[in-house]
Amino acid sequence: MKQPTKPAMSQTKNEWAIAIVLMIITVIVGTALPSVRGRIVQSAWSVAREMLFILPAVLVLMGLFAVWVSKETVNKYLGRTSGVRGVLLALFFGALPTGPLYIAFPLAAGLAQKGARTSNIVIFLTAWACIKIPQELVEWQFLGARFMLARLTLTIFFACLIGFIVERALTIKAPKTSL
Amino acid sequence: MKVVSTALLINLLAIVGLIAAWFVNRDKTRQALTVALRSFFKMLPSILMVVVLIGLVLGLMPPQKFSAWLNERSGLTGIFVTGLIGAILHIPAIIAFPLAGTLLKSGIAVSIIATFITTLTMIGVVTLPLEMKELGRRFALLRNGLSFIAALVIGWLMGIIL
Repeated sequence: MKQPTKPAMSQTKNEWAIAIVLMIITVIVGTALPSVRGRIVQSAWSVAREMLFILPAVLVLMGLFAVWVSKETVNKYLGRTSGVRGVLLALFFGALPTGPLYIAFPLAAGLAQKGARTSNIVIFLTAWACIKIPQELVEWQFLGARFMLARLTLTIFFACLIGFIVERALTIKAPKTSL
Repeated sequence: MKVVSTALLINLLAIVGLIAAWFVNRDKTRQALTVALRSFFKMLPSILMVVVLIGLVLGLMPPQKFSAWLNERSGLTGIFVTGLIGAILHIPAIIAFPLAGTLLKSGIAVSIIATFITTLTMIGVVTLPLEMKELGRRFALLRNGLSFIAALVIGWLMGIIL
């Protein structure tokens, strides 16, 4: 399997630059307008506090899954599946918090080579991108259970729909290597 | 408080998971913690960005005014524009939820918030070149194009349901 190329380091550098510029702007605004200073600090602090309470736990959970559920496991279970079971497995393995999206592409290409259905690969990728289990918990906390469940249901439905449309339109032409 | 109980549940899960993992395999557990720490530092600039931005925007614009300003744009055009912004931005979802929560509390329409989160997570403009390379150009464009439409529909339906 090919080693996925990581997005360039400059991405992080840009993010730092933006963050620092924003902080400088905020300090200037806070100094120039003492009347809003309290509200800026209070709003920022309330978000920061909520994040600090939840983020370490979420990251630990993601780290545990990333180490325990290897790419090989996903490959083994998703390579030759079909039917409802295939859809459920694709959703399940996509939703496990096993790493960033760019890891999933070579994995999906490998699955296509092994003969996995195109619809399942699309469902797998969509689930990987937006139905991560710890993410759902964070969504539950910040947006409420009803919001999270409604959006989750809709997302699963549309992930399957997109999968079947893509499968009708094309088959993945992954470069065929040795079989 | 409901908000606190969810956070407690997640922390409990993490602690139980960590203890269980430690008994099963210490090396792997250390590895998992390293992964967690590394992703924290990778996320740190985005975290700071969101925290400062929320402070700045809510500080300068009281929530009522802010939501009134945004809700005037909450029709189908609003959903479309929000969807585009979400598709282009590259914020980790875990950090986007607190942002979305703040927006929801300030009274922004559910459809706008749902669209933003859904395009943000579903569509990766940043990862698109990689997807094309691995799975083919047509596949990547078709999948992301359909996902964008689906995300807009999801946002619109969320506004109706909730």
